[in-house]
Order: sequence, then C-alpha cells, then structure tokens
Amino acid sequence: MAMKLKKFLYSRKAAPYVFVLPFILSFCIFWIYPLFSTVKMSFQSILPGQVEWVGFANYGKLIKDTTFHTAIKNSFTYMLLTIALLIPFPMLFAVMMDGNLVKAKGLWKALLYLPALTSVVISGTLFRLMFSEYATGQMNVILTYLGRDPIAWLKNGTTAMFALLVLCCWRWTGVNMLYFLSGLKGIDKTYYESAEIDGAGAWKKFRYITLPLLKPTTIYVVTISVYAGLSMFLESFMLWNGNTSPKNIGLTIVGYLYKRGIEKNQMGYASAVGLVLLVLALLINVVQLVANGTFKKEVD
Amino acid sequence: MKRKLINCFMAVVMAATLFSGCGSQGKTADSSGKSADSTEKSEDTSGSDSGEAEAEAVTTVGPDSGTHMEMWAFVEMHNTFYAKMLEKWNEENPDRQIQITFTTYPFADMHNKMIMALQTGEGAPDLCDIERGQFPNFLQGEVQLYPLNDALEQYEDDLVPSRIEIYSKDGKNYGAPTHVGATVMFYNDEILKKYDIDYTKIKTWDDYTKAAEQLKEASGGKVKMTSVDTGGTDWLWLAMAENKEDWVKKNGKAFIPDAIPQMLKMQQGWLDDDLAMVSPDGQVDLEAGFQNILDGNIASFPKAMWYMSRFLNYMPEEKGKWAMAPCPVFEEGQPRSVGIGGTGTVVTKQSEDPKLAADFITYAKCSKEGCIGIWENLGFDVCNTSVWADPEITQDTSNQYIAFFKTNPFDVLNEIKDEVEAITVNENTFTLGDYLNTTTLNAILQDGSKIDDEIKDAKDYMEVEQD
Repeated sequence: MAMKLKKFLYSRKAAPYVFVLPFILSFCIFWIYPLFSTVKMSFQSILPGQVEWVGFANYGKLIKDTTFHTAIKNSFTYMLLTIALLIPFPMLFAVMMDGNLVKAKGLWKALLYLPALTSVVISGTLFRLMFSEYATGQMNVILTYLGRDPIAWLKNGTTAMFALLVLCCWRWTGVNMLYFLSGLKGIDKTYYESAEIDGAGAWKKFRYITLPLLKPTTIYVVTISVYAGLSMFLESFMLWNGNTSPKNIGLTIVGYLYKRGIEKNQMGYASAVGLVLLVLALLINVVQLVANGTFKKEVD
Repeated sequence: MKRKLINCFMAVVMAATLFSGCGSQGKTADSSGKSADSTEKSEDTSGSDSGEAEAEAVTTVGPDSGTHMEMWAFVEMHNTFYAKMLEKWNEENPDRQIQITFTTYPFADMHNKMIMALQTGEGAPDLCDIERGQFPNFLQGEVQLYPLNDALEQYEDDLVPSRIEIYSKDGKNYGAPTHVGATVMFYNDEILKKYDIDYTKIKTWDDYTKAAEQLKEASGGKVKMTSVDTGGTDWLWLAMAENKEDWVKKNGKAFIPDAIPQMLKMQQGWLDDDLAMVSPDGQVDLEAGFQNILDGNIASFPKAMWYMSRFLNYMPEEKGKWAMAPCPVFEEGQPRSVGIGGTGTVVTKQSEDPKLAADFITYAKCSKEGCIGIWENLGFDVCNTSVWADPEITQDTSNQYIAFFKTNPFDVLNEIKDEVEAITVNENTFTLGDYLNTTTLNAILQDGSKIDDEIKDAKDYMEVEQD
C-alpha cells in the first residue's frame, strides 16, 4: 500500500495533474459551475419554493426594459471615457518618468500609485462629500472661488459622470502608468540611439519607436479597461450612498444586476442581465483583439 | 494555431475574473456599514421607522438555560426595546425562558441578507424586523415565514386591523405591527406666530398656499412654507388618501391615479412661486432634513407621527416650538391622514421554536403593556387602541413626547382616528415607488420638467414591468 502511494507520488505522469488540480478544481467550482447555473437560471423565475421555467421571458423583458438600457448606456459611456483618459495620460506620464526631465521619480510614482491602495468604500465616501450639492462641498467651494454658483453635482448626468471619471482617474492613473513603465523598460535603448543618429526628434522617436513597441502593453491595458469599465459598480454605489441615483444617472449594468437579484429578489432576471454583460464584454474584447492582430499568426 | 487557442483561453479567463470581481465587490459593499439613505428606505414608506442605521451592534439578553434565538433589526432603538420586553417576558413566564442575541444591521444590508437567507433556506434569524416597503419581497413564492395568527388572537380586539392586514397574505398574518403611522402636519408655531399666521385656521390646500404666500411676504422669502420630496412618496400617499384613491388595481397591478399629478402640480406651482423648497437630500427624515428644520428654513411639513421621535433624538433644540394638526385637504370633508411606514416583525420557519418566538414577539409589540412600552420608549402611535383612550397615558404630561410638543399627540390622533386611510403596498408598488423616487419626482420637482410627459414615462415603464 505504502509502496503504491510512493509510486504514485513519484510518478512523472501523475505529478503534473496533482499540481494543477487545485486550479482546475477552483476553476470548475467557482467559475464553470456558476456560469452554467447562471445560464440555467436566466431561463427561470426563482422564488422561495417556486422555481419555474419561463423560456426567453427574462430576455424578452430585457429588450423592453428602459432602465436596463440606461444602465448599458451609462456603463458604455463610462468605459469609453475611462479608456480615452486612462490610456494616453498614464502613457505620457510613464514616458516622462522614463526620461530625464522629471526629478524625484520615486516620489511621483509613489504619489500616483497611492490611491490604488485605498479602499473604494472610503475614497468613494470622501468623493461623495467632495461633490456634495451644498455650498460647503469641496468642489462647490472651488466653484464659488472661481465666481460660479454651486452645482448639484450628483443630480445631473454630465456632472455625475464627471465625478465618476475623476474618481476613476485618481485611482487608476498610477497603476496604468506602472504598466506602461514596465513596457518601456523592455524597449532596447539602442533603437533610440540609432534614431537620434538619423536625426529623429522627441516626437518622431515616440511615434515610431515607443508607440509600436508598447503595443502589447497597450492592448493589455485596453482589454482590462474594457472589463473594468463595464463591470464598474462599487464606485457608483459609494458615490450615491446606495444603488439608487436620481434619474438612474449612476446606474451601471452590475448595479442593475444587484438591484434585480439582491434588492428585488429576481435571481432569474438578474442572471439574464449578467449574461448579457458577459456576452457584451467578450464581444468587444474579441473584436478589439482581432483588430489589434493578437490572433494573427506570428511572422518571424 | 496554438497561439490562437491560447488567446481564446486567455479571453475566457479574463471574462472569468470579471465575474469574480463582481462577487467580491458586492461583498465589500455589504460590509461597508453604510447607513440607510433616502431613496433606499423611501419607497412608499419613505420614512420607515429607521433613523440613520447605527453601526452593527450585538447584545445577548436572557438566561443561558432559556431557548436561544437570534433577532435582527435595522434600528438599534428597536432592539433595545425588545430586550426590555424580553426581561419582562422572562419574569412573567418562568417555564418559557428565552435568550436572544440581538443584532443591528444597516437598513439595506439587513433586508438583503434576510432575503438571501430565506431564498437559500439557511442562516436566517428566528425573529427579524422587516420594513413595510420591503415586506412584499418577503411574501413572494412560498412564504418562508411563520404565521402569527394564533399568537395575535388574544390581542386582536384592540388592534387596528389594517395594520395587521398589510403584513398578510392569503389570510395568514406574518408581521407583528409597530405603529399606525398616522400622517399629520407638523407646524413650527414659533415661526408662524412671528409672522402672524394661525395654523389652526388652515383647513384646505388653498388655505395652506395662501398662508405660504403670506409667509413669503412677511419673511422676505427667508422662510419657506414647506419642503417637497424628491426621494420619498409621502406627499403622494397623502394625496391618494384624501381622494380615496389607491395606486393598485384589483388585479394587484400598480398604476398612477389622478391624485399623484394633482399633488405634483400643486407642488411645482409652489416651487415656481418660491413658496416651497426641495428637501435637501430628497426628504425630511435624513440628517440634511433635520438640519433644514433646525435652521428654521421651513415652517411645516407632513409626516407620520413616528417623526416625533426624530425631534427628540436629533432636534432637542426645537422643544416647545412645534405643533401637530390634521393635514390640509383638497376639499373639506376628505380624510385628513394616511398611515405611512411601519415595521412588521416576523418569525421565520427556520426557527427551532417558532411558536415560542411568535408568542414572545406579539406580547412585546401588541399587548397593551408592550404598546405602552413602544409609546414611552419610541414615541410611536401604537396599534393597540386601548392605549389611546387611557387618560393615564394620554394626559401624562411628564411623558417626554407629550411635553415636547405644543399639541397633545393623542388629541390629534383621536381627532383623525377614523380618517387614517391605508394605501396598498405590494411588489408592484415597490417598483412604481422606486421609479417615482429615482426618476419622476426628480424630473418634475428638481428639473421642472412637464408633469404630463413624466407621468406618461412612468406609465410606460410600469407597463413593461408588469406585463
């Protein structure tokens, strides 16, 4: 018996399976199983003691549900704007950090990265107070100083999106900058030297060397930003101190999923919302990755 | 080819992390210890009984030898009160000793946890406070609560029947009520006297509007007559009650009765004429609302009588300034009040000894003794009418609530006793209330949008929701 066990443990064939088993198990239990039960639940109406198959009724309702459309619109706007802001600026900062223009680089890096370490629950609460509609709120104090009237920031679609974006940029600029920095470290300096010999200026070096060679990093950052943008929930939840915002200006897809599933106890409908989110996110990223040539055969 | 496969796999894994991300985010939000905010607890009940939810608090009361139970509530004061009643119960029932661990959670967290516990059949407490607006959620499907009919029977004659009905389904009563929640108009008599306005003469909304104009002129626009709510439906409930309308059809579907645009039109008029303001943060039962009252910005507002406790707890400086009166009406002769808010305490089927739990909670909340306790500790207009007629209680000037106000609360309550209308609450009105609070009221009162357009949008929304 002991021999058998020993043989098994020392077996070259079995060992790899044993090592990957924890991952396979957690992958199956926490992902494959929930995914399939979500698909199943999206065709059901689920109440305590009463589970019924309802066919495509949940999806049919989704198509007509204007609140869901608002949620999709909000999530998309947020995702597009965060990508528009959180790719160029962190890239610019990274290039600056990599060059010789900036002094005290460590300090800057730490300062920009610090917000990522704070809890969204706490920072969201602080931002809520900063963007308060009262004249004493930080943003309104600034406006008053500039000679403008105070604004009800979180009651209006545009200013509310602005608040969400400020929170997001404040939090993630440093992280994306670090991604780009590590990408920059991988670029061979000799390219720049030879470009200089050929008489290329700063812009040309950036345009024809940095940008193309940073592409893998950029694709990675875009991909995670698409997911992060579409699945945003907590920022909005904290900014409005709950899942409800005036005229649903802060409602996101995940927020709507939470509202239906947890607050209204409609698990089936919430599952349909979740699947739509999954499909949308996958679709966008596959399109994006194909467009960027990630799936192309390598030409070496 | 291989690389393609790997890329596909990566994309799938990334999607997976997206989902696991959702999960953990949800959890953090749950444990954030966030207080109940306007819109969440608003729905029709806007105020509910909850104040700002306190941080989580756990206490255990009763002997170790007693049957152990768990109880959840979203207002710490309620748990403190139940603990007091538990001590009395244990004194009176030596053979039926109970030990209860009381836990106070923030409003939304508690209801969400409770729903999940009942849905999954695990982890629910024996006893739990459920706010009226949330109650329909707990009556869906096969009800996972224990009927209190037998336990309520001995108190039934003295209880206001409509307050038990609101927590019932198919003839089974699932919730022990806390109060009637009769809505009255609170007037700041000190301010009104200063500007020579006599609130007792206000009978109709026309009188009220005239008084508002007089107040605007006399105070130079400094004091508004009232504040209208964008995050609560109390005003709309009052309008429906006065017109004897309801927002639920016979088949259980919610709709928008004429009383709602009627009230909104009047309110929009007040705002246009600078006679009223929009409640800061959406309604008066919030810290910003208390501050607005303390600052003397508004001279009156309609609210259920349980709001008295907010004065004592959050605005003690206002002692002796405020009076209560029946609400103004559109036409004289209409009912002048509506029951708003409430908390039904339930016993879950998961309890080990549901009968004992039911006997205790009905004793604590519905017996005359319990109701006197509720009145003295929490200041609510209790459901046991024998208390209303007991001069020892109603004329007790040493009572903190009676001493605080210019009018005796019981005088007002007895005056409107037969006029406290009930508005239906079910899962459809939950949806409608939610929509009104997030969209319609903000658009009409905050942005000044056209009432007809917004009402039409709300109707369209409800059609999709209820088909």
